[in-house]
This record gives sequence, structure tokens and C-alpha cells, in this order.
Amino acid sequence: MLDAAQHPFDRLPDCPGVGYKPQHFTAIMENAGPVEWLEIHAENYMGDGGRPIAQLRALAERFAFSVHGVGLSIGGEGPLDQDHLKRLAHLVGWLNPARFSEHLAWSTHDSHFFNDLLPLPYTEETLNRVARHIDQVQEAVGRQMLLENPSNYLAFAETTMAETDFLAGIARRTGCGLLLDVNNVFVSATNQQTDPYSYIDAFPLHLVGEIHLGGHDEDADDTGQPLLIDSHGAEVVDPVWALYDYTISKAGARPTLIEWDTDVPEWPVLAEEARRAARILEKAAA
Amino acid sequence: MGVDQTAFTAAMLDPGMKVPAGLTDPEGRNAGKRFNVYRNNVVLSLTEALITAFPSVCRRVGEGHFRALAGQFLRRHPPKSPLIMFYGDEMPDFLAGIDSLSSVGYLPDLARIDLARRQSYHAADARATDPGALQALTTEALMEARIGIAPATRVVSSPWPILSLWRQVMEGAEEAGTVPEARAEDVLIARPEHDPVLIGLPPGGAVFVTGLQAGQSFAGALDAATGAAAGFDLAATLGALLSGGAITKIIGKDEG
Repeated sequence: MLDAAQHPFDRLPDCPGVGYKPQHFTAIMENAGPVEWLEIHAENYMGDGGRPIAQLRALAERFAFSVHGVGLSIGGEGPLDQDHLKRLAHLVGWLNPARFSEHLAWSTHDSHFFNDLLPLPYTEETLNRVARHIDQVQEAVGRQMLLENPSNYLAFAETTMAETDFLAGIARRTGCGLLLDVNNVFVSATNQQTDPYSYIDAFPLHLVGEIHLGGHDEDADDTGQPLLIDSHGAEVVDPVWALYDYTISKAGARPTLIEWDTDVPEWPVLAEEARRAARILEKAAA
Repeated sequence: MGVDQTAFTAAMLDPGMKVPAGLTDPEGRNAGKRFNVYRNNVVLSLTEALITAFPSVCRRVGEGHFRALAGQFLRRHPPKSPLIMFYGDEMPDFLAGIDSLSSVGYLPDLARIDLARRQSYHAADARATDPGALQALTTEALMEARIGIAPATRVVSSPWPILSLWRQVMEGAEEAGTVPEARAEDVLIARPEHDPVLIGLPPGGAVFVTGLQAGQSFAGALDAATGAAAGFDLAATLGALLSGGAITKIIGKDEG
């Protein structure tokens, strides 16, 4: 646990954090072990009160927070949902988290919300649209946001630029930072039969304000090629740890989140994943 | 060739549709099974959300059957908001329209209770008033007062013994084979602290509570409740409200 006197909560420490799950509340309050900050999905804390908000208030007195949106649909063809933007600004306003992030994806179309992160092609047109939306988001929440690289399962024939160039271009246009999900890099590279290390080499690492690590499932496509699926329902696999080690050796220590959202394990399992990240971060600091 | 989001979502929600041309694998062939990842994610994540949201309906019909119903529901009523914790407002009416469920006529009312509990869970906090504050008023002052009801308070009225049935489904509260007495039941859903509680209301109780929620005076709500149920049990209704922490303030005739 962080001591507020030593670490102000207005920035994430270059240490492990975890995605907060209510079933871990007591364990975290008693002894968070290697975990020094927490992340929440913004949409789960947009109710008016009750236990979720009470737990969040209690935790926010002891931990730095990162708010991670999953419902803004920044890559959507339609306009951003202004009501949702207001709810987000309200949450970020009272919680005052150290970081706010969202996805390079869309989830709402024609006023329906699909509860999944859907892909978009990388073109001048989509770059303009995403940049315009990020300008609106940063204006509404009054701070810089981080944009996260997606897990890709397929490609768009119309795509004209590399994802790393697309992300760098958006950051240049909007002043946003980037959230590098190393598991997503591995999943996408495997699915697209490209080299994940080349992706890291091409990524603008100086813009990375946070890193995500999580587990994935393994499947195969119609031709028997591996098809990895980002599930956040298992331990981080060794090849992703190796890619993370490489990333940290290049970028230096960065706040690193363990994401585990489905089949959530007991706290000690999650703490052990955080400990593994801590060892890699400490090596970089030494 | 471009794949717009209208084409993408149409194919995503209908497994019988072809994967749109322009979505490919690394060799440039049609994405095929790769597209199914999105089809599966959407259905699975919304189905899980509905299982969490409607525990009593899910238990009553069995999880396998509920998953099939959820698959129909989510295509007919996709969420309109990213606040998935409130997804499923249309569920009671949806269930009422399923012919094969007509033998379980109270299923929509179980869904209404599940919805009300969830709304209550996430509602704004409010401090309950001291029960003595009601007793301290003269009868005349009480009749003219308006009563502040906590935001986490909900009422479900049913022609079925819905509270008994809900408990039977959720808590296994009945002896095997026992059928609740056939009668209408009204249920108060209130939240003393963080966990919603369900309390049975006497006949007319729902009218009384919803009257207070709508801002009627105590006397006005009492008239309406007595009109709805002769012999309306005021003491039992007030007892239910107080034990649920649902009364937050007493507003005298000349206040607010």
C-alpha cells in the first residue's frame, strides 16, 4: 500500500497495479502486498451510490487510481454519447484519478451498445474521426487521456497505415498519451502472423503512461492458424512476460496493470502475478 | 472495399449472415471464423450480464433455458447505454410475450423484483430518519406532512404471491412441494445500508408508498391506500418502511 505522505496519488507509481474486483476489497484493505495502485472500469462506478461507490471512496484514501473507460466508443462512426461523457466527467471529477484511459475501438452504433471492443480500419478518415473524438473527451474530462492498442482478430482490406503509425499520429494530433497492452500486442501479432518485438520497436514508447498485462485463450481459425482471444480470464503466459521484459528494458519502468476480469481468482493468485511484474520493474530500476 | 459499422453490426448479430467482404485474415482471405470472435463476445458478455441481473428468473427456468432466452432478448433489445448494470428494463414484458412460458405466469414479476433490487443497490445513499420522529408528531401535523422516501426504495405489486415465490426460488425457503397460498402480494424493496431487503406489504401498502414517493401528503396517501384496500394496515406499512430505512425526512406543511 502507498503511504500518501511519500507518494502523492496524482500520478501512478512505476509499480504493479491490479484491476479492482469487489470480492478482493477486504484482502486489499488488509494487505495489498506488491500492489500499489488500482484500476476500475469507469462504467461500473456510474451508479448514484451504494456499496460500489462506498468501497471506491474508502480505497481512494489509500491507493492511487486509474479510471479505464470501456464504453465511450471513441472509434464509432456516430457522435460520442454526450450523456455518457458527462457521467465520465462526473466520476473523474470526484475521484480525481491519477490516470484516465480508453480504447482504440468502438462499441456503440445506431444508439445500441454492444459491450465489446470492436475494430476499425486504419485510414486518414478514421484517424481524423478518432482524433476529433479524443479532443472532445479530453475537453470534457479536463485532462489528458491514454489510448489503448486493441487485440486484433482480423484485418480490414481498406487499412492504409500500420497501427503503430496510427496511434502515434493520433497522439501527435491530440496530445493524448498511450496505454500499451502487451498481451494485446502478442495476441494481435500471433493472429496477424507478424513479429510482436517489431511492433514494440515501432511503438512510440516515450508516450506510454501505463502498461496492461492479461491472459488470453487459444483457438484456431478456418485454416488451422492460431487464433488467440483476449479474455482476461487466465494468468499471463510466459511469451507475454518475455515481451513485457523486453518492453521495460527499452522503455524503463512504467505503471503496470494485471487485468483479470473473468473467472477472477482468489487474491493471492492476483498478487503473485503483480509480484512477477514487480521483479521485472525492479530490474529496470536497478 | 470499406466495411461500415452498420454492415459490421448487422452481420455480428446474425450468425446466419455472411462475414462482410473486406474483413480478412493475414493472407487476404475472408475473415471467416475470425469474425465469430466478435459474434461470440457480444452474445456471451451480454448473456453473462443478464444472468447476473436476473438471478431469480435464471434459477426458476434453469440456466440453460435462460441462456437461450437471453440470446433472443439481446438481439431484440440490445443495450441502449454503456451502463450494463442497468441492462434489461424490457425483460418483464419480453418474458410475458413468450408463449412457452405462459404456464409460469409470475415470471415477469420475478424479473421486476430482480430489476428493482438492482436499481436499489445502485441508488443514491440517504440517511434514514429516527423512527421516533414520526411518533413525536401530533396526528394533525403528521396528516399534513409529506414524507421523504429514500432513493433506493422500490415497490413491486403483483397478482401473484410474488415475495413467497421469489424467496422459494432464491432461498429454497419452502418445504419440498409446498405451493404458496394463492394471493396477490406487494413487495417493498428498501436498502437499510448496502444490501437491498425485500419486505411484504399489506394490501394497499403499495398505493400508500408510491403515493408518498409521488409527493402526496400523508393524509392523501392514506386516503388512496384505504380506497384501494378497506382495512388498510397503516401500522404494518409504516413498520416496513422504518425497518427498511426508507423514510429519510418528514416535511411539515409549512416547510419545503
